[in-house]
Amino acid sequence: MSQTAVQNPDANSTDTGLDVELRKVFKVFNGETAVRGVDLEIHQGEFFSILGPSGCGKTTTLRLIAGFEMPSAGEVVIQGKSMTYVPPYRRPVNTVFQSYALFNHLTVWENIAFGLRIKGLPKAAIAERVKETLKLVKMEAFTNRFPTQLSGGQQQRVALARALVNRPAVLLLDEPLGALDLKLRKEMQVELSNLHQDLGLTFVMVTHDQEEALSLSDRISVMHEGQIEQIGTPSEIYECPQSAFVADFIGDTNLFRGRVYALDASEIQVVTETKMKIAVQKQSSSMSWNSQEAVVVSVRPEKIQLNLEPSCVQGNCFEGRLKHVMYLGTHVHCVVELNSGDRITVKQPNTFASLPDPQTPIYAYWTPKDCLVLASRDTA
Amino acid sequence: MAKSQLRVQRGFLWQGLFTLLMFFFMYLPILVLALYSFNQSRYSASWEGFTLAWYQKLFSDARILFALQNSLTVAFCAVGVSAVVGTLMAVGLARYRFPGRSLYRGISYLPLIIPDIAIAVATLIFLAVVQIRLSLWTIVASHVVFCLAYVGLIVSTRLADLNPHLEEAALDLGATPFQAFIKVLLPQLMPGIISGCLLAFVLSLDDFLIASFTAGSDATTLPLEIYSRIRTGVKPDINALSVVLMLVSGLVFLIAESIRYQSTEKRLK
Repeated sequence: MSQTAVQNPDANSTDTGLDVELRKVFKVFNGETAVRGVDLEIHQGEFFSILGPSGCGKTTTLRLIAGFEMPSAGEVVIQGKSMTYVPPYRRPVNTVFQSYALFNHLTVWENIAFGLRIKGLPKAAIAERVKETLKLVKMEAFTNRFPTQLSGGQQQRVALARALVNRPAVLLLDEPLGALDLKLRKEMQVELSNLHQDLGLTFVMVTHDQEEALSLSDRISVMHEGQIEQIGTPSEIYECPQSAFVADFIGDTNLFRGRVYALDASEIQVVTETKMKIAVQKQSSSMSWNSQEAVVVSVRPEKIQLNLEPSCVQGNCFEGRLKHVMYLGTHVHCVVELNSGDRITVKQPNTFASLPDPQTPIYAYWTPKDCLVLASRDTA
Repeated sequence: MAKSQLRVQRGFLWQGLFTLLMFFFMYLPILVLALYSFNQSRYSASWEGFTLAWYQKLFSDARILFALQNSLTVAFCAVGVSAVVGTLMAVGLARYRFPGRSLYRGISYLPLIIPDIAIAVATLIFLAVVQIRLSLWTIVASHVVFCLAYVGLIVSTRLADLNPHLEEAALDLGATPFQAFIKVLLPQLMPGIISGCLLAFVLSLDDFLIASFTAGSDATTLPLEIYSRIRTGVKPDINALSVVLMLVSGLVFLIAESIRYQSTEKRLK
């Protein structure tokens, strides 16, 4: 559904403020289709993320924009110009590679100056811009070092500087923080975000880390098996996933397969395969359901409440037993086995004084507006 | 306690003894050769005092100098050709996919396994069939066969260790494929190319078998010269020549290895 949903009918590409456009792009490698009909429109100055599990075609999509791959079908447009078969060295984009791909035989300074020297800029201009960029990434102190003498985070900064110094129209980032440890990754996320704000450049980032994508991006496209599942702002993606895959991939969720058995103006009643009856508030989105249609209900773990009393007045309330508790510091993750046999995960703030033993009945409840009905295709 | 210590000591003794024997076995003949190159006696049997006369004689012997010149010409030409072709071959095999690629790869390293005598005989027969007169250049051609394999092998090992995205990074920064090769790939491959060349150089300089089959009448290389002289009896000046040859080969090999070692170190740091 997604590709058609994002297509802009009057996409005329020239002066609509679009930096990158992919139109029905396919890429086939040795008979395997890595990218199937991707449509993307990335606006000027946007921080756009392509998110998905490994092997979903996200890196191939980025490489199609960079020009390292030529599409098997479809069109790549950068700043209004068709770039489908233009080689990478004639595209106004620069890439930060996951492995950095720094030139080990050159110093930090020479690495950064590489692109400018190739373009044949005068020496003084090169020196000035390299200096400026070194300052931007806070690497002035390492000018004459070789890449092998730097830590992972420092190499990352050099890779960023080497791309940014060319003042590209679009900066492509291929899992830029994937090789860094957690603490450094958080730091670099903040810096990336600052850089994006200061420079006003279009950033296109590929990542499999949903948290990273949610925290950094203006918009996210979620990819699955070579196709785009959904494009939207982080909150749209998280709050209103349009498919079970997106709901499951972004954040944690509990999924119940079932069928629609009753519909009215405001609520959809779903009966699950395990005979649970769940009431779901209708979303404002255009999706409409038919009676008996196979669907999936998604409930986020943090939207579920646990109680020892079956006192929930309205909404969905199910009896179960506490099976397992994972202590996560600020939160606890409880696994509850409902009487229907379903196991659900519940995320609770760490305020429980004492937890009930596995024999005590416990009640899990959530309101109809805290859950979603999704089409049941392609749930893994 | 004491017993175990004793055992350790005895084990150590054993290992030491074994190592000593190995060295003895391998290097005693060379040591004797080196020693006798300083012997005053004209007939190598008995020691008659230290002299450098044989080395002096060696460096004033026109035939030996001519042979040395031939050897160096062959080595430099063969290695020069192999350096260029071998590097391109390794890069081509690693970067491009084309039909018959794995067959090509297999065949290109075959000269490392095929016995020299087979290469020598095959080359000789081939040259006879196509009616090319044997000369210094036929030696060069036959040496390119195995030098190419060595250079190709060492460069492709180095290539396999490189980040596969280096060239893409260069292209991304605006370099054309040719610029990317010259400015990024070649400098990174240099340690491999140099050490491959030095190895090939030593092998070419030392080769007797292939040269003896493919040399023209006037194209005597150093090993051929030594062999022809030895047939009339071992003379101390030949001892001296052998020592010089060994030292040069050893030195070149040492340089090759240290370049390779350093480049590995740099990568691992």
